[in-house]
Amino acid sequence: MKIALVGNPNSGKSSLFNQLTGLHQKIGNFAGVTVDKKTGICKISPTQAVEILDLPGAYSLYPRSLDESIVAEVLLNPYSTDKPDAVIVVADASNLKRNLLLFTQVHDLGIPTLLVLNMLDIAQEKGIYIDTDKLAQALDTQVVSVNARTGEGIDSLKRTLHQWVKEKPQNRNEITPIINSYFLAPEVVKNIKQKFQLSQDYIAFLYANQYESLQFITPEAKELIESINQQYRLDTLKSQARETLARYEILEDILQTCIKKEPLSRPKGSLYITEKLDVIFTHKIYGYLSFFAILFLIFQAIFTWATYPMNLIDSFFGFLQTWLKDNLPKGIFTDLLAEGIMAGLGGIFVFIPQIAILFGFIAILEETGYMARVAFIMDKPMRKFGLNGKSIIPLVSGVACAIPAIMATRTIDNWRERLLTIFVVPLMSCSARIPVYVILIALVIPNTYLFGFIHLQALALMGLYVLGFIFALASAFLLKTFIRTNESSYLILELPSYKLPHWANVGYTIKEKVQTFVWEAGKIILAISILLWALASNAPQGAMERAEKEIKEKYKALSKKELDNKIAARKLEVSYIGILGKSIEPIIAPLGYDWKIGIALLTSFAAREVFVATISTIYSIGTESEDLDTIQKRLRAEINPKTQKPFFTPAVGFSLMVFYAFALQCMSTVGVVYRETKGWKWTLVQLFYLTTLAYCTSFVVFQLLK
Amino acid sequence: MKNLAELKVGEKGIIKSFLDEVMSLKLLEMGILPETEVQVRYAAPLGDPICIEIVGAKLSLRLAEASKIVVQGQ
Repeated sequence: MKIALVGNPNSGKSSLFNQLTGLHQKIGNFAGVTVDKKTGICKISPTQAVEILDLPGAYSLYPRSLDESIVAEVLLNPYSTDKPDAVIVVADASNLKRNLLLFTQVHDLGIPTLLVLNMLDIAQEKGIYIDTDKLAQALDTQVVSVNARTGEGIDSLKRTLHQWVKEKPQNRNEITPIINSYFLAPEVVKNIKQKFQLSQDYIAFLYANQYESLQFITPEAKELIESINQQYRLDTLKSQARETLARYEILEDILQTCIKKEPLSRPKGSLYITEKLDVIFTHKIYGYLSFFAILFLIFQAIFTWATYPMNLIDSFFGFLQTWLKDNLPKGIFTDLLAEGIMAGLGGIFVFIPQIAILFGFIAILEETGYMARVAFIMDKPMRKFGLNGKSIIPLVSGVACAIPAIMATRTIDNWRERLLTIFVVPLMSCSARIPVYVILIALVIPNTYLFGFIHLQALALMGLYVLGFIFALASAFLLKTFIRTNESSYLILELPSYKLPHWANVGYTIKEKVQTFVWEAGKIILAISILLWALASNAPQGAMERAEKEIKEKYKALSKKELDNKIAARKLEVSYIGILGKSIEPIIAPLGYDWKIGIALLTSFAAREVFVATISTIYSIGTESEDLDTIQKRLRAEINPKTQKPFFTPAVGFSLMVFYAFALQCMSTVGVVYRETKGWKWTLVQLFYLTTLAYCTSFVVFQLLK
Repeated sequence: MKNLAELKVGEKGIIKSFLDEVMSLKLLEMGILPETEVQVRYAAPLGDPICIEIVGAKLSLRLAEASKIVVQGQ
């Protein structure tokens, strides 16, 4: 048996899902769309379990964003494999009327429905007392009260579910709808109900009103519905409004008998705290100050706390690679395993600490209710650039990694603002650029202090972050004129009362995001790593052998290790990737790069930090030690054959830094953008735009400094 | 008659009608209903959006959105 969980955003639906299913959760995808599907197993008795499907939060069955559209899609599509046998509607008791709107809609679909009242404690603080027996009677349903945060009432909910499953929820045709949808549009409902053989008037009414957005309705069926609508002159906007008002009217009557309200002279408990905190968090000065302070804390955490586990993961995979090479028989499969797959896996796992910390913080900020305030205070500044108050979170997240940041844009319901946000997120300097920046800055910027206290290298690093942010905003500003839309932009957003974070929920969010990252991005990173490995370790017939022989003859006096390094470097040069690097040299020469950097640019497409590993290989430094000092010495010693002066001049260094700041050298990001924009159009436009931007700016930088 | 964007912080009004049909659907779903009392609670640091309180719930609205809501001042 499958039970879906639906409810308004902020109704405590996720907490309830976590309470019911605990660690027995699974994340997948809904068929055909990219919205994450969370399912879990809930034990309702020692011997019985039901499957719980957590649907995204929604205010009604009329969707406003990608996430919300899933609710209507899953509940209405008769062929969906996700179609639930029953639905639990979670309602925030402190705002019952609005929360029950969705309940009445789901109820009228004819699916057996159970009502769970949550947050009764907050309702009491507001002076609201609910007679649940009366409410159950009036709504023709069972009502269970819970506290999804403390777990109070969960056992009783499980018992009710057990009883419910035993009795077999009532036959769907027998329910009495709460409103009579037939009267809202008689002929249309009659016709559609008959043509599609639907069980409920309300389903027919929903078909008529939102046939365009429902994906499971075939194009022919859409034409049919459209012609019926036209024949009977159905104004879908007006009929939707009439439906909503009719539902509220009935709810108003019902709630009059079930709710007792005590007028309060002043706010109590969490409401009082909310009043006080909002004075600070939405204040002209303190509001922004506290936001930047929180941002600073998150940065600090990502950059400092994450370092230790990242180093551990890094050395673990390094150890594993060496161990595999030493202990497995020499051959192509060992190489593939050690240099292709293990290097690829290491490149995925190394980001887990940062992603976990970032999403931990985001979950806390969302749980506490602070996130809505960020959107509130940042909306106006962001709007000037064609973005939305909600864009700030993806932009900030982009500093850790563009992949989760792009996934976080789903809360933006306006398509244009969401697209613009996705478009510019990769300009925020992500953590993969740090190793590249660090090595380049150390190479061209003196390790000195300005005015005795400003570290010049740190200043340069910060400058690169600022540069990325400025170009992100500027690009959004530029691009907003090119993306046309008829969709209006809204920021109708609930500002929930502040709560302490529920730590279990934070934990579940971290687990879920890390899992998604490992699977979704992991697949692509792994595939590219293997491809790069294949290109780097293969060459046209006989070229590798010739390279080895040539080096051995040329450098007879060298030690074994140095010789091996020279051979590895020469082999890379003659390999397919080396050929590719040389073939792009004419294109990148105006930026100050040679074919060696060309190879690094190409391999960086798997992940930017591969740059360091690649140049350390090309400049023939022992692959085991990626010791920055040795790499730097090598790079400093590199001589430009044309000028006979050091190759890495400040001009080349700055040009490279700017290139890495802007270029979209990340296949995983390309993959995620493809997934999130549902197609190649914007993915390729973005790739083209960012590559052009990087090329042009690097060109200007190099030519000016040369 | 005024629109909601014209109310000052702290002022209350009764919602009378909506000037934008598409938006009114979203507003209705969020519990912004005709004949309901609404109060402007505070504004964002740059004056826009504003926070309104309606039936005990706080919502953020941009001024452009608020200007489409006709209210009767009190």
